Amino acid sequence: MEHIISVTVENKFGVLSRVAGLFSGRGFNIESLSVAPTLDPSMSQMTIVTSGDERIIEQIVKQLNKLIDVIKVVDLNETEFVSRETAIIKVHTKDADRAEALRIVDIFRANVIDSTPSTYTIEVSGDPKKIEAIINLLQPLGIKDLVRTGRVAVAREPARPVAVQTKKVARD
Amino acid sequence: MKLTGAEIFIECLKREGVKTVFALPGGVVLKIFDTLHQQKDVEVILTRHEQGAGHMAEGYAKATGKAGVCLVTSGPGMTNVITALADAYMDSVPMVCFSGQVPTSLIGNDAFQEADNIGLSRPCTKYNFLVKDVNDLAATIKEAFYIATTGRPGPVLVDIPKDVSMAKAEFTYPNSVSIRGYNPTYEGNKWQIKQAAEAIMKAKKPILYVGGGVIFSSASQELLELAEMTQIPVDMTLMGLGAFPGEHPLSLGMLGMHGTYQANMAMHYSDLVIAIGARFDDRVTGKVSEFCPYAKVIHVDIDPTSIRKNINVDIPIVGDCKTVLREFNQILRATVNGEQKELRKPWWDQIQEWQQAHPLTYHQEKDGPIKPQQVVKRLYELTRDRDPIVSTDVGQHQMWAAQYFKLAKPNRWLTSGGLGTMGFGFPAAMGAQAAFRDRLVLCIAGDGSIQMNMQEMATAVVSKLPVKIIILNNGFHGMVRQWQDLFYEGRYASSDLGTTPDFVKLAEAYGAVGLRVKKVGDLDAVLKEAMATDKPVIVDVPTYPYENCYPMIPAGGCNHEMLLEDPPELKKKQAGAGKVTPEDKDTVLTA
Ligand SMILES: Cc1cc2nc3c(=O)[nH]c(=O)nc-3n(C[C@H](O)[C@H](O)[C@H](O)COP(=O)(O)OP(=O)(O)OC[C@H]3O[C@@H](n4cnc5c(N)ncnc54)[C@H](O)[C@@H]3O)c2cc1C
Ligand SMILES: Cc1ncc(C[n+]2csc(CCOP(=O)(O)OP(=O)(O)O)c2C)c(N)n1
Ligand SMILES: [Mg+2]
Repeated sequence: MEHIISVTVENKFGVLSRVAGLFSGRGFNIESLSVAPTLDPSMSQMTIVTSGDERIIEQIVKQLNKLIDVIKVVDLNETEFVSRETAIIKVHTKDADRAEALRIVDIFRANVIDSTPSTYTIEVSGDPKKIEAIINLLQPLGIKDLVRTGRVAVAREPARPVAVQTKKVARD
Repeated sequence: MKLTGAEIFIECLKREGVKTVFALPGGVVLKIFDTLHQQKDVEVILTRHEQGAGHMAEGYAKATGKAGVCLVTSGPGMTNVITALADAYMDSVPMVCFSGQVPTSLIGNDAFQEADNIGLSRPCTKYNFLVKDVNDLAATIKEAFYIATTGRPGPVLVDIPKDVSMAKAEFTYPNSVSIRGYNPTYEGNKWQIKQAAEAIMKAKKPILYVGGGVIFSSASQELLELAEMTQIPVDMTLMGLGAFPGEHPLSLGMLGMHGTYQANMAMHYSDLVIAIGARFDDRVTGKVSEFCPYAKVIHVDIDPTSIRKNINVDIPIVGDCKTVLREFNQILRATVNGEQKELRKPWWDQIQEWQQAHPLTYHQEKDGPIKPQQVVKRLYELTRDRDPIVSTDVGQHQMWAAQYFKLAKPNRWLTSGGLGTMGFGFPAAMGAQAAFRDRLVLCIAGDGSIQMNMQEMATAVVSKLPVKIIILNNGFHGMVRQWQDLFYEGRYASSDLGTTPDFVKLAEAYGAVGLRVKKVGDLDAVLKEAMATDKPVIVDVPTYPYENCYPMIPAGGCNHEMLLEDPPELKKKQAGAGKVTPEDKDTVLTA
């Protein structure tokens, strides 16, 4: 089953490779991973979309927690959460297609963020199904380029961070 | 006053109580070596290979319970020590490895002897640091020792670029460490502990399954109290040997692939498995789906990832063995009475029946070839009064050592379990010897394994580490040959070592002492002679080449289905070879 795991890590050199190395070294799946600093610049927030049975997800959460640079791990599937992904899609637009493209943009509440006589660059946000859907509709026009952010997610209030092991400050 | 990075390094080692560093120099660490050379507090043992330095640090750590320290240069120095780091990582050995790095300004330029030390060591260390600023050096070293020795111990690497070792900074050593993402749990959950204690009281067929964690947490005393109070028998893993006295009536010996019959049967038919600091390795569980089919499982481990990794657990307790065992004992002291003994009488009777049905056996003919088990057994009997430290290499000899060398106390057993690193034994023994100069340190080696770190004999001689190596010389990668005899129709693909070197002459060439046991009747005398020598010794013992190690659970097999002796076809095949004496061993091997 697909799980979205939210990981708060130290914002420092090499942390991403530790997390990525954990997944590749132990044969865990990564469907997508996104990372950026949090409000507190000493920390970063990762959102990892992965999949596996209950036992595997439990190991993933525990193994992430075991990493010294990991501060907090939340398996969002244990709670209610909202998630979004953004895609930027560059489509060929012959004259005849330009109106059709704009209609699709409208339906999906997407935005045109750049335009040339023969292309539109479209930005769209939503859940993966929505992104798939707009891609399917735009495909006949001819997609020139496509980039996706991978998902980011956050627990709905009030969160029940079930999988978190409390990590207090350690002292010698 | 400002100190150089190299001076800070030494000051930190002193603060951590490090007396010995196993090391091999190179360009980027010359400043550190030069500084070490000019002081007396920290001894440098110059090894002949960085792998040796790494295993010595491991041996030192396992024997003392403190972090072992090694120091290597960049590039090839680093790549050479990787095996030892991986070994320490698998077996949770506390160690801090310092590596040299090219100057910070050159990192990433493919500079001479540059390697990505952080990238190379990431999957085989608990944590690693690149120190880019001399002002961070002291705090980093403090953190490195803290991480290596707390929680589930493990190796930590500190990579020091050349310019950092030369630059100067004010030296202050932090008193405490605070890492927000690292806080091992020592106290077990009280409610779970109570549940466990209740299950222990009720169980009719309980078994203690104890591992390396008991040794790391110095919990042998607490374990002994629990076992004696509740009269529960004890199975030990390979890494747990010594956690409980091997000769104690409650000890069933080692369990697992080459464990004793009673240890494995007791696991299989138990109704309550109490796992303490053991990680349900596949050499112990065999076929997971049929592992302990009748048992409830209690699992005490400081590392949450060990729990439910391989098998389901009914009562998980994340915590330190010592702390949790104390709590068990406190609860049980108030509740245990004669009833449990009565309740478990049938279980004990059953275990004793197993014990008597299939004890460990081998057959030593009076004038026949020397059996490896006989060597280990006599070595044990002749040295037990001296409370020796024993290391092994990897292979059949390791398993016989585990079966026949009964350890009374923890921290006396140095073996490579998780990675199974041939070549571990000798340097590990040297590391222990460096920590305890006056103790008797034995290395039970294979003729294959010993050749993987033989070069360290030069270190042993120069640094006066009088380790006694006993080579069980069967002319084979014996463990490989055993699998080939059992599962590959006896085709000895690359397991026959052919002509091995004359180990006696080899020892002498290094300036050590070489002895050979020519016939079984000489065994005691030669072993005694070796033990009486104050130099490093190799005792070469040509043994019966075709001896197989039993019991054996074939990989992926069930724990109650052990092979107890050679299958009939194999016996027939070996009937001729059975007459082999050590003198004509080589002729038989080449035939
Ligand atoms: C040729 C060969 C044959 C082998 N055959 C066998 C065999 O027959 N039987 C066998 O048992 N092994 C055998 N092994 C070894 C096997 O591969 C494993 O290394 C071994 O079983 C693991 O031992 P362990 O479970 O005690 O774990 P260890 O590797 O010692 O791990 C210790 C566990 O304790 C935990 N721990 C650490 N510190 C603490 C603490 N303070 N408090 C609580 N928990 C703590 C750790 O998190 C870890 O889970 C063999 C190896 C080789 C090379
Ligand atoms: C570095 C390394 N390479 C290969 C192996 C695989 N292996 C396991 S046991 C063994 C044979 C060991 O031979 P020896 O040291 O003579 O011991 P014996 O089994 O004969 O007692 C081999 C090759 C290993 N464990 N380690
Ligand atoms: Mg051999």
